[in-house]
This record gives sequence, C-alpha cells and structure tokens, in this order.
Amino acid sequence: MKNNIDRRQFMRLAGMGGVVFASGLSGFNPARALGGTTGSDGSAQGSDFFFVQLSDTHWGFSGPAINPDAQGTLRKAIAEVNALSDQPDFVVFTGDLTQTTDDPSERRRRLAEFKEIVKDLRVKTVRYMPGEHDAALDRGAAYKEFFGQTHYTFDYEGVHFIVLDNVSDPAAALGDEQLTWLAQDLSQQDRLQRIVVFTHRPLFDLAPTWDWATRDGARAIDLLMPFPHVTVFYGHIHQEHHHLTGHIAHHAAKGLMFALPAPLSVPKKAPLPWDAAAPYKGLGFREIEQDGHSNPITELPISATRTALL
Amino acid sequence: MRRAKLIGATLLAIAAGGVGYAVAWAEAEPAHPLKVIKVSAKRFVFTPNTLTLKKGETVDIELSSEDVPMGFNVPDLASRADVLPGTTTHLRLTPQKVGTLVFLCDIFCGSGHEDMSGVITVVE
Ligand SMILES: [Cu+2]
Ligand SMILES: [Fe+2]
Repeated sequence: MKNNIDRRQFMRLAGMGGVVFASGLSGFNPARALGGTTGSDGSAQGSDFFFVQLSDTHWGFSGPAINPDAQGTLRKAIAEVNALSDQPDFVVFTGDLTQTTDDPSERRRRLAEFKEIVKDLRVKTVRYMPGEHDAALDRGAAYKEFFGQTHYTFDYEGVHFIVLDNVSDPAAALGDEQLTWLAQDLSQQDRLQRIVVFTHRPLFDLAPTWDWATRDGARAIDLLMPFPHVTVFYGHIHQEHHHLTGHIAHHAAKGLMFALPAPLSVPKKAPLPWDAAAPYKGLGFREIEQDGHSNPITELPISATRTALL
Repeated sequence: MRRAKLIGATLLAIAAGGVGYAVAWAEAEPAHPLKVIKVSAKRFVFTPNTLTLKKGETVDIELSSEDVPMGFNVPDLASRADVLPGTTTHLRLTPQKVGTLVFLCDIFCGSGHEDMSGVITVVE
C-alpha cells in the first residue's frame, strides 16, 4: 500500500496520449544528449534507441469465438512492425510463442512454424524467451532446440538487458540456480548501470489465484533493488499493466492472440471473446524507447486493414 | 518405516516452503481428531472442486494425484503443498474469514492446467 502515491502519480503520467513515461521516475539524465559518452552521474551512456516488444502470440491456438484469425494475427503483427517508418534496433518476444500442447512433436511443429513466420521481420535482431505454454511441460527442452538458452543477458548501447526464465520450472519459479546466476551477473554491474529485465510472468504478486505471480520473484526484485535504473517488461497477462515495486517499474504487454480480463475482475480467468465490431481489440504490441534513464512506451494496435502480405 | 515416511513428509513440507505443514499429524493426535477432507487431483480437475469449511476450524486436506505431479495452492491463505502420485500429502487449513477462496493447481500439468482450480466456501 505504501506505493499508492507513487502509483497514482505514475498512472496519471501513463494516461497522457498513450505514451507512458516509465522509469522517468528515476530521473531525467541531461547527459543522454551527449550520446555514447559517460553520463554526468558516471553511468555509461549509449545513444538513444528503441525496440519493439511482442508477446503471447500463442501460435497453435484455436478458438473461433476468441480469435477467428488465429492463423493471421501473428503475421499481421509482423507486417505492422515491418511497416514502422523507423525500424527498431531489435524486437523481443516475451514468451508464450506457442499455445501449449501435451504432444511433444506438435510442440516442436508449432515452435518451428513460429520461427519460420517471424523470419519475415525486417529487423534481424530478435530476442526470445519462453512462456509456460512453450516450456513448462518439458523444462524448456523443445524451446531450447529452436531458440537456445531460456535465460541470458546481452548489452546494447550502454543498457544491460537481463532475460529471466520463470516458466521452465513447472512450479513457476526462477529457482536457486538462476537466482545465483542473477546475483553473480548483478555483482559485476555498476550501481548506476541502466538495466532492463525481460521475463514472462510478473515478478511480483499481481494475482496469485490467477497464476499471475512468480513463486520466488520477490528474491529477484530484492537483488535488483539496489540498482536505481531498472525497468521490467513482461507478458503473460495479455493486457497492458503498470506497477511499481519501490522504484522498479513493471510493464505488462498486450498479447497477440487473445486478451484477458483485468486482474481479478471476474470470478474465473478466461480469454475475452472476439468483438466483431472491433476486431483485434485488446491485442497489440509496443515500442519502447531508451531515452536516458527513462523508457517511454508507445502502445500500438493491430489494424484490421493491414494486409499480412509483405 | 512409519518414521521414515514422516521425515519424508516433513522434508517435503519444508521444501514446499508454504505454510502448509504436513508434519506431526500422526504423532500428536489432537484431542478432537481433525476433520479430514480428501481431495484428489488428476489432469485437469480436482475432485471435489468445491469445499465448504468453517471459519476458525482447522481441517486436514488429504491430497493425492491420480497421474502427474500437481500442486494445491490457496494463495489467500498462503498455503500450498505438492500433490504427488503414489503418496498422500496433508495440508492443514484454518480459514479465519467468511467468504470464498480460490485454490488452484500451481504445477503446470498440461494443456488444461490453466482451468484446474476450485473454490472453498468459508461459513460461520
Ligand atoms: Cu503465460
Ligand atoms: Fe500467454
């Protein structure tokens, strides 16, 4: 509850013109204008850039009442990204690439098809991570055959990106081993390092009765807490959502197959039905800018008129 | 034999890390034996999936799985236990408020996992 004031302030900012000023709360850094040099606060500064987050594409899902264009939505989203006049520096998919299946060979078929379809992105740097639909039934074995490690880091233009896997363990935990790895990675970072975390489930307890939580997520947040410039982007809940744990902002993305209701707004979580009057409503993707220490977000819809022809 | 089993159950409960204590239920029988409610899990249902408990009364939920490892989690009571095939797990619950509580399987168990949940109604 102690976050109430911060959160209200934050939501007011979030309401402005569809653009969210995210970790802008951690302070505007005038040194960013220098680009590629050392900031006035001593942190390494890269040049500004932006990336695109897509999430929860659930390739293989079928349910005409929920998404009658289950075969086309992912392709449309890719066409939307390809049509952006400025192309992003990279694209990240934050999990649930495929719809879960109990059949391991069908799982591989879906992962292969997904991989084939996203080859159409004009942007060639694409980062992946699994969701529980991709990885929880075989601890990520099939996923790894197609996309490699389920947790890793990379650095780009002065920002340290950390991908956390809270889905390969069927118990929805990061696990001691990964938390030790995270602590080790963070121990090598400057306190003022700009850090962006990608993960699938929320790291905080958004709605544990809906499986919208990570069993040991609080331990990851504790490890990140000493760093003043951390922002988390995740998926899993199929809607835009913004939350602060202390100074760390957590931003959930919309999905690209079906939308889910607001946390605990209905007795039982279930996909929202397709609205024929507003096709693709509730689906979308986002651009995220890296602007000094802040990450302004622009939410983008899937337009019914965009053809998936590339 | 019995002792080894209890130690196993204790370790399991510790590993589960929840408030769910599967411990000592056989060693120290309370003056009034606890009400035991059996709940069995199989992909992708709990049977039964509606339970009625009395406010303030401790019950012993006896959990078993007919097929794969599952979890039984009542987030609003901060209680959970692993539910494994071939054994039973005991989880004591003492709801303190009248109302409804959701329980769910918290070990991803297959294509219907997301719908695997139930409701506890707590009455006076
Ligand atoms: Cu998910
Ligand atoms: Fe999802």
